[in-house]
Amino acid sequence: MDTETLNPMADLKMTEPGTADLKMTARGVSVFYGDKQAIDDVSIDVSREHVTAFIGPSGCGKSTFLRCLNRMNDTIPSARVTGEIALDGEDIYSPSMDVVELRARVGMVFQKPNPFPKSIYENVAYGPRIHGLATGKAEMDRIVERSLKRAGLWEEVKERLDESGTALSGGQQQRLCIARAIAVDPEVILMDEPCSALDPIATAKIEELIHELRGRYAIVIVTHNMQQAARVSQRTAFFHLGSLVEYGETTEIFTNPRMTRTKDYITGRYG
Amino acid sequence: MATTGHTIKAFDEELDALRANICEMGGLAEAAIREAMQALVRRDAAAAAEVVERDRRIDALEAEIERQAVQIIALRAPMADDLREVVAALKIAGVVERIGDYAKNIAKRVPALQDSNIRPVSLLPEMARIAGEMVHNVLDAFVARDAAKAEAVCERDSAVDDFYNSIFRSLLTHMMENPHNITPSTHLLFVAKNLERIGDHATNVAEMVYFAATGQHLADRAKGADTTGIVPGDIEVGDGS
Amino acid sequence: MNDLTHNERAERAPTEWKSAEMQRRIRKRYGAERRFRLVGLAAILLSAGFLAFLIVSMLLNGARGFTSTEIRVDLTPAQTASIAAGDYEGALAGDARILSNAAWPRLRDSGIRAGPVWLPAADAIDVAAKSPGAEEAERTYARLAEQGRVRTGLNRAFLTGSDATDPTVVGIWGAFKGSLLTMIVTLLLAFPVGVLAALYLEEYAPRNRWTDLIEVSINNLAAVPSIIFGLLGLAIFLNFMHLPRSAPLVGGITLALMTMPVIVIAGRNAIKSVPPSIRDAALGIGASRIQVVFHHVLPLALPGILTGTIIGMARALGETAPLLMIGMRAFIAAPPGGIEDPATVLPVQIFLWSDEVSRGFVEKTSAAIIVLLVFLLAMNGLAIYLRNRFEQRW
Repeated sequence: MDTETLNPMADLKMTEPGTADLKMTARGVSVFYGDKQAIDDVSIDVSREHVTAFIGPSGCGKSTFLRCLNRMNDTIPSARVTGEIALDGEDIYSPSMDVVELRARVGMVFQKPNPFPKSIYENVAYGPRIHGLATGKAEMDRIVERSLKRAGLWEEVKERLDESGTALSGGQQQRLCIARAIAVDPEVILMDEPCSALDPIATAKIEELIHELRGRYAIVIVTHNMQQAARVSQRTAFFHLGSLVEYGETTEIFTNPRMTRTKDYITGRYG
Repeated sequence: MATTGHTIKAFDEELDALRANICEMGGLAEAAIREAMQALVRRDAAAAAEVVERDRRIDALEAEIERQAVQIIALRAPMADDLREVVAALKIAGVVERIGDYAKNIAKRVPALQDSNIRPVSLLPEMARIAGEMVHNVLDAFVARDAAKAEAVCERDSAVDDFYNSIFRSLLTHMMENPHNITPSTHLLFVAKNLERIGDHATNVAEMVYFAATGQHLADRAKGADTTGIVPGDIEVGDGS
Repeated sequence: MNDLTHNERAERAPTEWKSAEMQRRIRKRYGAERRFRLVGLAAILLSAGFLAFLIVSMLLNGARGFTSTEIRVDLTPAQTASIAAGDYEGALAGDARILSNAAWPRLRDSGIRAGPVWLPAADAIDVAAKSPGAEEAERTYARLAEQGRVRTGLNRAFLTGSDATDPTVVGIWGAFKGSLLTMIVTLLLAFPVGVLAALYLEEYAPRNRWTDLIEVSINNLAAVPSIIFGLLGLAIFLNFMHLPRSAPLVGGITLALMTMPVIVIAGRNAIKSVPPSIRDAALGIGASRIQVVFHHVLPLALPGILTGTIIGMARALGETAPLLMIGMRAFIAAPPGGIEDPATVLPVQIFLWSDEVSRGFVEKTSAAIIVLLVFLLAMNGLAIYLRNRFEQRW
């Protein structure tokens, strides 16, 4: 059963980039920090229908790869990205792609909830405001309400939209960050270990929220909690030492993975 | 076999304990088959009573294995091959318990056969030996996570089935020869049937072991032809269709 | 996982926390902490003591500077006629000696009428009224007091007038206005330039040897003695650019050069302390770099920047040496009209008055110091208020 040399994506049909099914595609992506290589030749597809989970041990590059998808690695001066990443068929690293537009279309939720030190309303309204998505106060109110409702936070905060975003509990803050990302109507939502800082109940609420958002947005979630990846995703990618070891249906990965490295990691034999 | 142990050693220990119990259960079942057959051949009612008594130990082990498996699933959240192994252990325990029951049934018929002087018993010990070997091998395969060994056990079942077919025909002939032979022959028939069922259960276990080891189901194997459905008047020698 | 062998684990005896040795160590530790706290407390008390001494002595000396002595002169109609005709000296005769030089302008401004009128007393009488003065003046004062013709009240002229040679009529307003104009020029130049420089250095500048060089240079600039800036101002602004001498414009530019490094350093630290998570959040939602800086980083860094500005401006307010170099030391009798009129500033004024011979200037100097301190407090208070308003917890 040792199939180390198998193409990790052999099972899934590799459709052409840009087809309606696929939202984002990556081909041959490598990332270097100065001379150190962090990601080695990763190719992967992200579809709107599935929640895709990236799992792997610490330092395997899953967060680094996630940050390539919305060019957040640009903020690190020594980072260099090679290969091709496409959003709806368009290369996101080409000079004609506006980074600001890209980051509005590919939203991000971070590990530690980081609402702006403004009111709840302002937190959600900031994105639409700077992108000019609302033509007046009434429409902005509608956008804010819709985003908070989609994030499952409306009922809890509708009476106190003027209060500071940082006064909420950890789970509520994270949902506020999700609402903030949703407010600019993205096509993809990237989540970098969104529940690491939360207690089990808040975590369950966020997982349920991800389940509800599926289908409307392509969601990619990085998590070091394998049970969470198993619960939440339909496709799972296992990263190890900067390479993509295996990518397949979540059920398959967790009941019958093909690669020994994957099996060792998920059964707890790693390290 | 996994090359490295789990990072949490207690998990390995619990899995080892589970496997040990399966092995013990299998050993007891194998011994029960052997001793029941010996008691049958020697017409030893006391030995047969012991076999019946020891079946209780097999039942207790099944309960213990079930408890262990549930605990591992609840506390350790096993994944991939660990999960398949634990689920297989649960199912195997149930099947081995039934094998033990069949051996017990064989032993229970020994007192009924004590007074008779029945001849065509020679094939039965051989059949029992093969069935016992199958049980032994399939549980070895489970512990070793050896899919090939499991497959080999499946293939041996055809030998058991063939034995059953010939014993069936010869006992039928025997019954037709002399009405006094009917009662003991019927008992022997049931014994043969029990052994044939033991063989089938062993192949069931082999399929479970194969799935636990590889994650795929064994393709439908060629079963030994069961000619027992043919009406007595048309007994022919040859393979049934 | 555990690397210790069984033997190693077994041989280590449990720690004796109650032994005498341990108790001694614990007591020593408590003793050290107590001593440290006492030292800190002593340092604070010492500093507070010095500060209190300064304030109390200033208040005691300067309080009197805010008061002035007036003498009642009962004008007869004959005297009024005489004064109206132009003979002030002759009309008042002996009284003219005990009245100050400002009495005549005061009388003229308030209208020459018959009857009692309170006029400012001469310097010597004023001194005699407030503290032991010259013998003759004391006698005159005593006589006047007996007659009920002398009173001491609030010296409004001090706060509204400008520099003069007569300490009874000298005012602080000229220097005050000069300081105010200079500070405005300094703030308008140093604050935007300093903040924008700090933003550029932190957010946009690449990390290479040139930016390191700039950073070192700015840090050194902040430590340069202020008189060097005065020489710079003299050489460039006055001699080369021929800007009006002794004007708040030049003073403001010179002080701005001095204050800017302080603001840049404080600004850089404040910007560095904005957590990167806020930046990430803003970038992640598609904000451009300018939007990140001005919508998120700057508001959060503003408290720190304002603190740096307070420190810089307070230092600039009290600077004397560079302003002396660019000529803001002349005797200016009228308050400046605009930033290009000649002016002087409070510290320079204090310095000039402290040089004067007349005894009346002693209390005026202290009074001016009090005014300077009040100005400083007001400026700091305003900045602290602004800082608290902008302070947002994150």
